Amino acid sequence: MSESLTRIRAMLYRYLCLHKRSLPRTFEIVFWPVMELLVWGFVSVYIQSVSGNTLLTLAASLINAMIFWDLLYRSQQSVSISIIEDIWTQNIVNVLISPLKIWEWLLATFIYGMTKTLLITLILGSIAFGLYHFSLIDKLGFYLIPLMANLLIFGWALGVLTSSLVIRWGHAAEALIWGVPYLIQPVSAIFYPLSILPKWLKPIAMALPSTYVFEGMRAIIQENRMRYDYLWMALGLNLIYFIVAGFVFNFMYLSARNTGRLGRLGMD
Amino acid sequence: MRYNGFMIISVEDLTKTYPETKALDHLSFSLKRGEILGFLGSNGAGKTTAIHILLGLLTPTSGNVSVLGLSPLTQRHELSKRINFGSAYANLPSNLKVIENLNIFSGLYNVKNKIDKIASLLELFEIAHLKNRVTGALSSGEKTRLNLAKCLLNDPEVLLLDEPTASLDPEMADKVRSTLKNIQKQRNMSIIYTSHNMPEVEQICDRILFIHQGKKITEGTPDQVIKNFNSLNLEQVFIKIVRSGDIVCPSP
Repeated sequence: MSESLTRIRAMLYRYLCLHKRSLPRTFEIVFWPVMELLVWGFVSVYIQSVSGNTLLTLAASLINAMIFWDLLYRSQQSVSISIIEDIWTQNIVNVLISPLKIWEWLLATFIYGMTKTLLITLILGSIAFGLYHFSLIDKLGFYLIPLMANLLIFGWALGVLTSSLVIRWGHAAEALIWGVPYLIQPVSAIFYPLSILPKWLKPIAMALPSTYVFEGMRAIIQENRMRYDYLWMALGLNLIYFIVAGFVFNFMYLSARNTGRLGRLGMD
Repeated sequence: MRYNGFMIISVEDLTKTYPETKALDHLSFSLKRGEILGFLGSNGAGKTTAIHILLGLLTPTSGNVSVLGLSPLTQRHELSKRINFGSAYANLPSNLKVIENLNIFSGLYNVKNKIDKIASLLELFEIAHLKNRVTGALSSGEKTRLNLAKCLLNDPEVLLLDEPTASLDPEMADKVRSTLKNIQKQRNMSIIYTSHNMPEVEQICDRILFIHQGKKITEGTPDQVIKNFNSLNLEQVFIKIVRSGDIVCPSP
């Protein structure tokens, strides 16, 4: 076990060094989320100003939804980009032939992703409080933790799934790393309730853990009640997605090992 | 295949087939402890395919492979602690410092006394003064020496080197070869060495194995192979093999 910890620590050190060496990379962590928050924050202020207090909760929901969406997106990106970074730098073969186990590698990306995501959420939360007098803790209280945890886990599962595509198909699949989160965005009921979606899209939305998190968030902000059924659904679906993602990653890894892609990662 | 501590690598009837090509065709060879085996062949002959199978990066279609008595496919984790690999085409992250890269791989290989180990390898390859330099800013020769330092972090019993001196100038290539030969002698390490530089192969390898289109053409000491092909040097042998396709020269 201590050997595993040393290897996980080595990978975390590798990700930390990336930030130490690259100011733009560190700056990029906060740049996009802050820009998005500014836009959505001012949209919320505008809605509030034209509607008075009647749409106060809608404005709060929008800011909260934006912060939560970013958490999900960054969680997925952290896992995928950490893995693809070694492909870009042609270091992947060195990593794959080392004693690092696949689960240690993924766990390191989860820890790195979680740290990065929590840091961003803290920054966004502070900006939202400072500029828009919106407090995540005030609105969601203790429920902030399970809601965020569910999004973090779903982001990891998506990250593992998109990484497995890159392991199997190399650079050709890179676009999916950025594309997959946006594929689920319209059907996750992030900025609008599930009821808005057309009937034929609802089954897809209801198969995503993120939908239950965002619906749960709106229930707290707009109705002042916690929907535990949503929380459990999100958790159950996350478990399924996480297990499926693990199987898919393993399948793609073995498939890449069979086709010879594994040894050629980063070379094409 | 039994591992007796003397036969380090044993490959029997190794075949790797892709839908349109046969990368390896019933290849058999072995590597003894303390031996340097030159793995020769033209581009696409199957050298890298064989090395990737030995590293557990590629699944063979058929055949048996044993490295240090372990299967690269099913016992990759145990095996990876005892072998290492360096290639002119596998780089360390260019955006990290030399010392950071070596620290990371020391962690991945659970190196004990890593500070001393890294310092001694940096000294050995004469790159101690570069330890705080970003890897991407190193010259080709310096990067090669850094890659070799990474390869030796875990004191491997078997080292697989894929064209380690490609992109080096003759003086630097000679320096790298001498250092490698010294370390190999001191540690009785076994090395598989691929190169297209035939004089280099003659100089460093105890034994060579020529493969062409995935098949073994010949093997033996450099002198034996040159003699068997009625040639003046390995370069002539190489050209004869590549140009005449499937000629087979019986191994001595």
